Amino acid sequence: MTDLDTPPVAAMSTTATPARPSTHRVFLAILRRDLLVTAKELWVILVQVGLTPLFMLFVFVKVLGGQGIVARNFADLFLPGIIALAALTTALQSVALPLVKEFGFTREIEDRLLAPLSTNLVAVGKLVVAMLRGLIAAALIYPLGALMVGSAPWQPGRLPMVLLTVLLGGWIGGGIGMTLAMILPIQRINITFSLVVTPIIWTGCIHYPWPRLSSMPWFQTVTALNPMTYVSEGVRGAMLPDVAHIPAWVCLLVLTGVAALVTVTSVRSFSRRAVQ
Amino acid sequence: MASSGGSPPAVEVTDLVKRYPGCTTAAVDGLSFTVAPGEIFGLLGPNGAGKSTTIGILTTRLRASAGRALVGGIDVVGDPVAARAQLAVVPQHNNLDRSLTPRQNLLYHAAYHGVGRAVRNARADALLDRFGLTDRADKRIEAYSGGMVQRLMIARALIHEPAVLFLDEPTNGLDPQSRRLIWSRIREMRGRGVTVVLTTHQMNAAAALVDRVGIVDHGRLLTLDTPGNLVKGLAGRSILDLTVTPAALDEPDELLRALSEVSGVRKSERLAAAAPPGAVAAKLRSGLGLGGGSGFGAGAPAALTALTALARERAVATLAPDPGGRERVRIRLHLAADPAAVLGPALTVLTTRLATLTDVHIAEPSLEDVFIGLTGRDPR
Repeated sequence: MTDLDTPPVAAMSTTATPARPSTHRVFLAILRRDLLVTAKELWVILVQVGLTPLFMLFVFVKVLGGQGIVARNFADLFLPGIIALAALTTALQSVALPLVKEFGFTREIEDRLLAPLSTNLVAVGKLVVAMLRGLIAAALIYPLGALMVGSAPWQPGRLPMVLLTVLLGGWIGGGIGMTLAMILPIQRINITFSLVVTPIIWTGCIHYPWPRLSSMPWFQTVTALNPMTYVSEGVRGAMLPDVAHIPAWVCLLVLTGVAALVTVTSVRSFSRRAVQ
Repeated sequence: MASSGGSPPAVEVTDLVKRYPGCTTAAVDGLSFTVAPGEIFGLLGPNGAGKSTTIGILTTRLRASAGRALVGGIDVVGDPVAARAQLAVVPQHNNLDRSLTPRQNLLYHAAYHGVGRAVRNARADALLDRFGLTDRADKRIEAYSGGMVQRLMIARALIHEPAVLFLDEPTNGLDPQSRRLIWSRIREMRGRGVTVVLTTHQMNAAAALVDRVGIVDHGRLLTLDTPGNLVKGLAGRSILDLTVTPAALDEPDELLRALSEVSGVRKSERLAAAAPPGAVAAKLRSGLGLGGGSGFGAGAPAALTALTALARERAVATLAPDPGGRERVRIRLHLAADPAAVLGPALTVLTTRLATLTDVHIAEPSLEDVFIGLTGRDPR
């Protein structure tokens, strides 16, 4: 225990009116906190997002492919879908679960909400970090997946398109995750996650190129409503230009539109929850 | 300290109203008060009175339904971002960042408020030392005790040197050591010119610390003044408890009547419970709480001390005739005058009637009595 009667902290001067710090400085400080936490949790991201896609790859490509149940070249079709899936779902989970905790149980978000920064920008910071985590996940999955299947398509010239699509996918995942975490009561989070994430995975053209669904028009329509489809198709189209795919410009257009929409819904729901 | 002395108030609340959705009554219902720069202001009230809601609005975490609230001259509704640069808050619950170490909690909080790296490092070191946390600065937050959490939260609130510090029940559930440390740190803030708005249920500590007190209930301000003035408002509300053994031929009711005729006695009554055993000589506890004194008041007037000696003398004098197994009687005198002025004449009555005095207890009104008087005795 410190002595009670020692004089006040020397470093502290008599308080004048505190100056308001610049917006970008505060924004970067909050971003830096999330990046520090992300760096601490890198292995968590890997486990969280890596296991399912890698097992999927293993079963579909190694097990089923090895037995001739699925074609050999399925691996090439599947790997871009797995990368897209990792980007979107990692971003979704990495923003939704911590936010449920930070707003609900620990309220540790309060310190950042009380920073001299618009609450909307605190939410945007979360989306930026979610997007970066999605990118990290995608970047980790690519070499791991390539190692597992033994080969991987590589189109250096198309890398910007892959990056752009993955970033948009991460942003959208973050937006969906934040919206869900902010509007759902805590006790319904788990069930809703299953209800939302499972269809995103299975109607998102991860395993198959969208144009090939023309034999099942109703399912093709359903998949066209899932933003995941455009992430998968964007990445696949860039990595495998010879495989029939949704044109890149359509993917980018749809993804940009969806990204704008989820930005509005997520930031608004965040601010409503933050200041009641 | 209560007057602003020309400078604009640090906190200004005008007709503040907060209604939560789905609630028929307002949590804050037309609250108005101002806090001068450098003042320590206590917001007291029963649970659910609207204190935390008021702090929530002032710290931009809750949106006011109506009215105006300024912190550091900035409208918290109109410009919450600028208002946040002026203030810091220590909430009732532990909201430390569990993903960071204690030291990082301080450093990142400072960074959120634009404090430069070198300055925030120096301040973090100084504050960790100041709050007795240096040894545990780099451990996990989960390993912190309640007192350490509270100290760290206060240190965190201070690191960006806010103009106004809000403390919501800062010593709730803490051991006496942590409580003393925290009260002493709050006292220091006055020296640094920090305005402090605090809520607490620890009336005695509050009375000793705050410049002014606002008592709220049902979202409304019931009274606002210095603790001294509030207690003074209850002047003439002192109580003199006497435990006596009447003389063999005296009737307790007669004795009671005789005492009630002493000048300065408003009302006299017999108390049901038996007197605490043991004390033959008179005891005096003054100054703390009508509901039960606890120790000697620091400023017991010299006159009272003299009277106690006198009481002791006379009590011994009246011990001469054996009480002969007569029952002790507890008598409570409600006073309209200073207890010191009543005690002498009351003793004279007892001596005249050969009653034996075994215990004297003087209770002066305290802030808690003011509080109970305004907000009632019923638990919320």
